[in-house]
Amino acid sequence: MAKLDPAGLPLEHPDPRGYRVEAAEGDRMIISVGPHHPSTHGVLRLILELEGERVVNCVPEIGFLHTGIEKTAENLTWQQAITVIDRMDYLSPLSNNLAYVLAVEKLLGIEVPERARYIRVLMVELQRIASHLVWLGTTVLDMGMMSGFFYAFDIREAILDIFEEVTGARMNPSYIRIGGLANDVPDNFVQMVQEFLDRFPKRLDELHAILDENPIFLDRLKGIGAISKDKAIAYGLTGPNLRACGIDYDVRKAFPYCGYEEFDFKVPLGTNGDCYDRYLVRMQELRESHKICVQALQRLPEGPWQIDDRKIVRPPKHEVRENMEALIHHFKLVSYGFDVPEGEVYVSIESPRGEIGYYVVSNGKNKPWRVRTRPPAFYNVFAIPEMVRGELVADLVAVVATVDPVFGEVDR
Amino acid sequence: MEMTNGQFFVTTIDKFVRWAQKSSIWPLTFGLACCAIEMMNLVGPRYDAARFGSEVMRASPRQADLMIVSGRLSLKMVPVIQQVYQQMPEPKWVIAMGACASSGGIFDNYAIVQGVDRVLPVDVYVPGCPPTPDAVLHAIMKLKESIAQGRAKGGVMAREA
Ligand code: SF4
Repeated sequence: MAKLDPAGLPLEHPDPRGYRVEAAEGDRMIISVGPHHPSTHGVLRLILELEGERVVNCVPEIGFLHTGIEKTAENLTWQQAITVIDRMDYLSPLSNNLAYVLAVEKLLGIEVPERARYIRVLMVELQRIASHLVWLGTTVLDMGMMSGFFYAFDIREAILDIFEEVTGARMNPSYIRIGGLANDVPDNFVQMVQEFLDRFPKRLDELHAILDENPIFLDRLKGIGAISKDKAIAYGLTGPNLRACGIDYDVRKAFPYCGYEEFDFKVPLGTNGDCYDRYLVRMQELRESHKICVQALQRLPEGPWQIDDRKIVRPPKHEVRENMEALIHHFKLVSYGFDVPEGEVYVSIESPRGEIGYYVVSNGKNKPWRVRTRPPAFYNVFAIPEMVRGELVADLVAVVATVDPVFGEVDR
Repeated sequence: MEMTNGQFFVTTIDKFVRWAQKSSIWPLTFGLACCAIEMMNLVGPRYDAARFGSEVMRASPRQADLMIVSGRLSLKMVPVIQQVYQQMPEPKWVIAMGACASSGGIFDNYAIVQGVDRVLPVDVYVPGCPPTPDAVLHAIMKLKESIAQGRAKGGVMAREA
């Protein structure tokens, strides 16, 4: 039955479910990993063709979390669409917000005030730290170490506390809005972030101490699941997975947005593109994000945190109570939203998983005509077959974990 | 239980069994979407579900008592979740965690099942998007309460009905 071409795609059955157990030839065995499996980090199904313990072939099947987010966004106003876009990459909702909001702001031709820009950078970088910590926690858990998980999640709680203080929610905060932010940061924000940033490097050293010389952890990562530079580019990898191969591409440096060019940070690179390099790159990125946060907090300016256009952002509550015009603006924004000039834009930013892009089309109405996402994890997942071919089944766990897929984003 | 004579004896055993059942509810690792991340926090250091005897997240449905449906359930996932539920030994309970699992949440569209109670018998619903781990702990405590009172039969009644 289903024969596979060298690229790993079934020839007769474009649908991976065309794979049946009878299709195995000779000693080969076909097994299905997932969609309910602890090490697939979500609802991924991998169909493996095995020869003994070696993986000969692997076909990912996705779509178990298809939510119709892009379609739903078309039925919401521009500002409302942020809420569903939040829930795409749920480990870094703020990066999703930012990419979408930047795209809409480009269509509207608006620039946000300095303070909003700095707070955005600060929040997105904190989010990157939080996201990498979840990755780290789940990866070490997959490698059989419970304590690393506890350490990583403990550090992350401090970031979630900051988010809760600022936005009111631990996850999916919809904080970055078109024209600025949902609200200004509270008075104790600077102090909270400062405390976290002061403690963070030491906590990171603890993590290094339990991981870097742990022979089991290293054995399971070093030299496993390597992908070459050319293949990585061909598969469209971005983010830490690409940089682990030694390719210097980071949207923050290549196409700076939000004023990233003002910040002093390095882009960590790997050499072999194996699991260990992916681990190293992410660990170094944690330090770099910390650096950016420190700079952003130092330079955090005073001033307005949203633009001064009452057609786009809501007037403050006290004005709504006293001023007729403000009340009308408020009512219009809540009930109808605002029109966005006709046009189409593509904006991409660097999310913790790679280049996340939004292609947004407007037909001049109060709702988006089309919101198309370029989710980095989608491309990363389809490089998994390339990485696991020829490895042992047990290594599959390491590969999937270090690729860091998020299925809200893959399936949308 | 096959005990026909001696009503007194039967009720005591029942109470004892319920006490045993409620004291170590092992949840199944069944992460679907955003809520799953908060579910991981549940066993993390701050919320520490071990205090309630529920820290052992089982990867295999054969060893789990409680399915926490954490996230939105797509139509494609329905047969999978039903199969996993059937594989769990009785008694078994279901917590619908979050707005999506309880009612479809903000996704009232073609892809999402509007509440897992359409396909599974749910014992406790947890509001929130995502609910905080405290809320899930509260749900586990509620579930214990109803097990102790004999209201949550753990899937047995659902099958017989
Ligand atoms: S309830 Fe909210 S957080 Fe939970 S899965 Fe649904 S959208 Fe995500």
